[in-house]
Amino acid sequence: MATTLTINGEQKSFDAPPDMPLLWVLRDILGLTGTKFGCGIAQCGACTVHVDGKPVRSCVLPIGSLENRAITTIEGIGATASGAKVQKAWLDLEVVQCGYCQSGQIMSATALLTATPNPDDSDIDAAMAGNICRCGTYVRIRAAIKQAASGPKS
Amino acid sequence: MTPTEQTVAARFSDVSRRSLLTGALAGGFLFAFHLPVRAVNEPVEPPDSTDGKFAPNAFIRIEASGQTTLVMPQVEMGQGVYTAIAMILAEELDADIAQVSLEHAPPNDKLYGNPMFGLQVTGNSNSIRAWWNTLRAAGAGARAMLVQAAAKQWQVEPSGCSASKSEVLHKESGRKLSYGELASAASSETPPKDVPLKKPEDFVYIGQPLKRFDTPDKVNGKAVYGIDAMLPDMKFATVAACPVLGGKVRKVDDGAAGRIAGVRKVVVLDDMVAVVGDHMWAAKKGLDALKIEWDEGANAAVTSETIWQELRAASEKDGAVAKSVGDIAKGLATGDKVEAAYELPLLAHATMEPINATVHFKGDSCEVWTGTQILTRVQSEAANAAGLPVDKVIANNHLLGGGFGRKLEPDMVVAAVRVAKEVDGPVKVVWTREEDIRHDVYRPAYRDSIAASLSDGKIVAWKYKVAGSSVMARWFPAGFQNGIDIDAVDSAVDAPYDIPNFHVEYVRAEPKGIVTGFWRGVGPNNNVFAIESFMDELARKAGKDPVEFRRGMLGKNPRALAALDLAAEKSGWGEPLPARVGRGVCLQPSFASFIATVVEAEVDELGEVHLRRVTSAVDTGIAVNPDTIKAQLEGGLIFGLTAALYGEITIDKGRVQQSNFNDYRMLRIDQAPKIDIHVIKSGEPPGGIGETGATAGPPALRNAIYSATGVALRRLPIDRKLIAGKKA
Repeated sequence: MATTLTINGEQKSFDAPPDMPLLWVLRDILGLTGTKFGCGIAQCGACTVHVDGKPVRSCVLPIGSLENRAITTIEGIGATASGAKVQKAWLDLEVVQCGYCQSGQIMSATALLTATPNPDDSDIDAAMAGNICRCGTYVRIRAAIKQAASGPKS
Repeated sequence: MTPTEQTVAARFSDVSRRSLLTGALAGGFLFAFHLPVRAVNEPVEPPDSTDGKFAPNAFIRIEASGQTTLVMPQVEMGQGVYTAIAMILAEELDADIAQVSLEHAPPNDKLYGNPMFGLQVTGNSNSIRAWWNTLRAAGAGARAMLVQAAAKQWQVEPSGCSASKSEVLHKESGRKLSYGELASAASSETPPKDVPLKKPEDFVYIGQPLKRFDTPDKVNGKAVYGIDAMLPDMKFATVAACPVLGGKVRKVDDGAAGRIAGVRKVVVLDDMVAVVGDHMWAAKKGLDALKIEWDEGANAAVTSETIWQELRAASEKDGAVAKSVGDIAKGLATGDKVEAAYELPLLAHATMEPINATVHFKGDSCEVWTGTQILTRVQSEAANAAGLPVDKVIANNHLLGGGFGRKLEPDMVVAAVRVAKEVDGPVKVVWTREEDIRHDVYRPAYRDSIAASLSDGKIVAWKYKVAGSSVMARWFPAGFQNGIDIDAVDSAVDAPYDIPNFHVEYVRAEPKGIVTGFWRGVGPNNNVFAIESFMDELARKAGKDPVEFRRGMLGKNPRALAALDLAAEKSGWGEPLPARVGRGVCLQPSFASFIATVVEAEVDELGEVHLRRVTSAVDTGIAVNPDTIKAQLEGGLIFGLTAALYGEITIDKGRVQQSNFNDYRMLRIDQAPKIDIHVIKSGEPPGGIGETGATAGPPALRNAIYSATGVALRRLPIDRKLIAGKKA
């Protein structure tokens, strides 16, 4: 079925069934492989993208509901002010290890900062607990979110 | 600009082996040049280069343009090794590290074999230990040739020249030549013998917390992992293997699957079924629609109970003696005898990137794209599965979305080749998380029994027996000899304490229906847990503080003692704590590093454990990149604490019962403690670091719970029922 979605500000048309999760459209049809497959059941957050600025798990999100919605992926998040700040903080504090979960972490963190510009620890816990990092970078994720919120320390 | 401030702009080139191959053939060195598998201290081989490219060894290439490429013999799975290896090479080469680019090494044991294994393997926390001298010599030899070339051109003595940031300088005249300008001439230089290496005080990069090369592309979606391989006209497949190990497919009804849009083919192999489609969604739906009957075979009755019964029985037997000092029988007859046994469960790896491989089988050749810790074995096993000679298989490596030992196995590549043989064109085979967890190679279950005797507050005898599967016997037979698995007893034979009568045995016990494999922390996982748990029980018996008790037996181990003292100081050891909160310590000399860790944790009324704070002090010798040392310990601690709190694979009717992150739980950010890592400055050669946090976390937590509740846990994962409502 022909479908058109708006992804990172661009119109993308393709054939796919309406029950197909967005994750597989992004990765396997459109070649946007920055969004990762981790669990397929919305338990790990590796597939997190934004729909109208809100974080969603693309592995369980059918595309049938997404026409006329603005989808943003890790490939496009740097174009937003919050996304760019988060990416910079991630590099400044050297958060990343294997990096496989970090697309999802960055998408969740960016959504958090957009909604809550100065999050406290409980805000961070609530927004980020859905994202598993097997390398265990949580301490730095927390620090990087705080740094992105306040700007780099002088 | 100091190196600390420097933003390393080096481009990380995600080069496929094809482009590397093209480049190598143009340069001619990679294959014309045979570097034998070396002893750690052996020098690198003499130079060989053509076409103006300076390629003095397998790791360094400098083009006339100045473009400097460093070839990475070890794989990057998050541990920061690409950056550390580049720092070591660039240090002795005196290259401008901001200008280098990195390439994955192609499969070649002769050129890129890990000197500690003789194979192209990344594991056992030994990348830096294994390559330290070899790579420094490679860099220094190349620099000497560049200096010689410049000196010849200027008609001066090489001793009057120096090198820095990819330039050679003649001190007296102030003349300079860049490495690019010298590349062609340097190629015809003979490398000098025994080039002196830099003194640590002259290091420019080593010891600095440089920014990693691999991370910029990991925050913008550009990094390419094995699972991201994309080829023209590629199909996508997912698999279901017999849920019981060794079982076979009896019958498949694929009628419903064939009617699903996007499903292209059902591939039935003897022990697994794959559905091939236009995308993973079609393949998954197709697989779900299959009706598969399995012939479950000989392991269909295996349960966790049968595995544990057999392991416990095996642990009662005498083992092969791995080490014996003094008179153990006499020692045990002296003083107060204490005994305990500790049990560790089967564990899955659950790398965030599920196992996968992309294969294009073309009849007379085969190409593989994956992320692996063992590239040459992947190549040879793929060749075997494809029925082709090894030289007809191209194996392309990628960044790994976590390794932890899972990607020391080629099973996913073998399966993908078998599927690809039935598919026209390239196919990407991706395991669902459920299949990944249920068809892992599992961290062995272990039972470690200890008997010790105490006299005057010190240990006079220590009899220690490891019982468990030998991963080495299957994976690296040289590591299993005379009944002893050198990995299974690692950290047991070299416990840090002064004990006059000391005896270690190993009993091999293979679980039915399970394949075991290496898991982050490897052998020391079980031994550090058992030793350090038992040390706290002995301290209590002796009426001593756990830190004081250990301190009294570290006379021959000043590095371990210094780490213990620093961790105690930084953690506030001995300061008062609220009710139900305890501190626990763990000390380990593992992977040639010395690490002391203090966990502070609270046990609530229901027995739930809350991690408050973790403090580690580490002497890992020369810390090539101190920030990476910290990051590896932070992450390793979380990895180990996750296992201590939740990790257990159980078996029923021959099947793994866990399936995904809902029932194989991971620690999440809201449970993560504050972590402080203190790196001790050292001039000793580098030690290993990647595994160490994973081994340190569980015993330190167990001992914190012991302190908080008085309950001596002897099994992981932590059983909440045993500690609920308990107060010390």
